[in-house]
Amino acid sequence: MTAPGVAAPTGLERQPPRLMLARPILTMRGVARRYGDVQALAGVDVTVYPGEVLGIVGESGSGKSTLLRMMNLEDTPDAGTYHLALAGREPAGPDGRNLFTLDRFQRRMLRAIHIGIVYQNPHLGLRMGHTSSGNVAERLLIAGNRNFAELRQRAREALEASEFPVARMDARPNTLSGGMQQRVQLAKAIALEPAVLLLDEPTTGLDVSVQALVLDTLKRLQRDRAITMVLVSHDLGVIRTMADRVMVMRCGEVVEEGLADQIFQDPQHEYTQQLVHAKL
Amino acid sequence: MKLSELTRPWSAFSYGFLDESAKREIRRRILKAIAVPGYQVPYASREVPIARGWGTGGLQVTLTLLKPDAVVKVIDQGADDSVNASSIRKFVSRVGGTVETGDTTQATLIQSRHRIPEEKLREDQILVLQVPNPEPLRPVQPDMSVAREMHADADYGQLWLILYEQLVRSGRIMQGASYPSMVNGRHVMTPSPIPRWDVPKLNRADHLTILSAGREKRIYAVPPYTSVEPLVFDDVPYRVEDHQDKACWRSGVRGFFMNELPQEDGSSLYELSDSHFGIKHIRKAAGEAVSIGETWYRNGRMAR
Ligand SMILES: Nc1ncnc2c1ncn2[C@@H]1O[C@H](COP(=O)(O)OP(=O)(O)OP(=O)(O)O)[C@@H](O)[C@H]1O
Ligand SMILES: [Mg+2]
Repeated sequence: MTAPGVAAPTGLERQPPRLMLARPILTMRGVARRYGDVQALAGVDVTVYPGEVLGIVGESGSGKSTLLRMMNLEDTPDAGTYHLALAGREPAGPDGRNLFTLDRFQRRMLRAIHIGIVYQNPHLGLRMGHTSSGNVAERLLIAGNRNFAELRQRAREALEASEFPVARMDARPNTLSGGMQQRVQLAKAIALEPAVLLLDEPTTGLDVSVQALVLDTLKRLQRDRAITMVLVSHDLGVIRTMADRVMVMRCGEVVEEGLADQIFQDPQHEYTQQLVHAKL
Repeated sequence: MKLSELTRPWSAFSYGFLDESAKREIRRRILKAIAVPGYQVPYASREVPIARGWGTGGLQVTLTLLKPDAVVKVIDQGADDSVNASSIRKFVSRVGGTVETGDTTQATLIQSRHRIPEEKLREDQILVLQVPNPEPLRPVQPDMSVAREMHADADYGQLWLILYEQLVRSGRIMQGASYPSMVNGRHVMTPSPIPRWDVPKLNRADHLTILSAGREKRIYAVPPYTSVEPLVFDDVPYRVEDHQDKACWRSGVRGFFMNELPQEDGSSLYELSDSHFGIKHIRKAAGEAVSIGETWYRNGRMAR
């Protein structure tokens, strides 16, 4: 696949890495998860800083989606801690609450309000039989908004921000193209200004030109709203154009982590070297 | 020891048909349902001599609440004289030795399918509603164990999503019967397939309402003076059916819930859905001394 990053300059090229003096917005420590014989995660540490894009790469089965599911509190690990800094508050320190210990209701609410996610498969993230605007409005409804006019307005704004053609806001996702479906997922994910936006292969399966457009939207959102993102992709081109920092995973472990430029120009770990060179 | 010493002599039926343990089970479930308004209490639904789906849930509650001095009214979509209503009523009076009535004001126990009478119910009356589908979340969550978690979490956003979709697609709320309603500010229930017209009658009512689904084995209740609020958006008010201006072609009465009778020329006639209420009006107009009770609606508007 062509790396969208090599396209002509659009003003949306990856910005130089921001200074990471801020305190982390997301911290995970020692996260482990086993499914039967498979150690999907073997003690993973993750730190994400406000406003950055953390890219996660790795071969198929390396645990990327499992890690994102943990971040979205869809699954409970066998071990590990998870802290998220919510609504401008101090990130929960060592004395703060480990989110993995929240009960079902608290998890659901946290997930519904503070975490946005875009899945590769839009069927996982959208109700295909409902309108697109309804899919976005659902998040606002879960957060307690009960005003119809306001729901319409905020759904429209979120769809606009995702560069979705708002004239089609009441079309069902199953009548839309794959790229448009991803934009609806994105609008749903950002409707409540989440603390972190999780993207699991958001452009995989789209054709290259559509992929580039969706990535442009993500970059624009990132630039204009400084949304913190965790982006999983096995496409190094996507990671290279989007990520400030990169984490390389293999067999449930992080083998290398660093600034994007450093990872791509001077990979340290043998596995990363293979990945980068296979790509180039 | 002989088997006959361990058994009791044969007798035809227990009072009220159901055996004592069945009634005890249902009474305990009713008490729990009253204690947690709107919460669906599972119960051991028994066989009764009518088919599932024809009011077995309501009938079991009626039989359990039966006393020899009970006065029983049974209605089916407002009518006392449908086959189903009259056979349930006959059965109840036969196994309970009770008095049958069509008059809402006279009844102590009213079993109903799909309507609440137009005359206001009192503290000394119990309304039993037959319920086909007790789960308001079923349209949004087919997995019932997840639906129960959602009730536990009061996670009802998706019910508003259905209303949102109706407003977007049709410009108005299409939900007619079974309008989901919040009971006591905590549990959303389906008020059984009563029309929207009837839902406000449950709000802070003087009487006790027990809702029972025989096939689904769930009992829930709205105790007296308990709030029942139809789910609405702040800016889209709840609307009942547009029947306030319709006149009943038999009795001439206006301002109550009507059945629409389509005519061959494409027009419609209307008649009171609450049939005995209409009969009383006709008798009164004919000069009989009939007392008509206070009604929930006055001049076509909810009077509270
Ligand atoms: N729910 C589950 N039950 C059993 N095994 C699972 C489950 N989820 C993940 N696994 C296993 O855990 C490992 C990691 O899976 P994961 O989906 O996280 O990989 P991935 O890095 O996202 O791969 P891909 O690039 O193919 O999406 C795999 O071996 C997978 O089969
Ligand atoms: Mg994956």
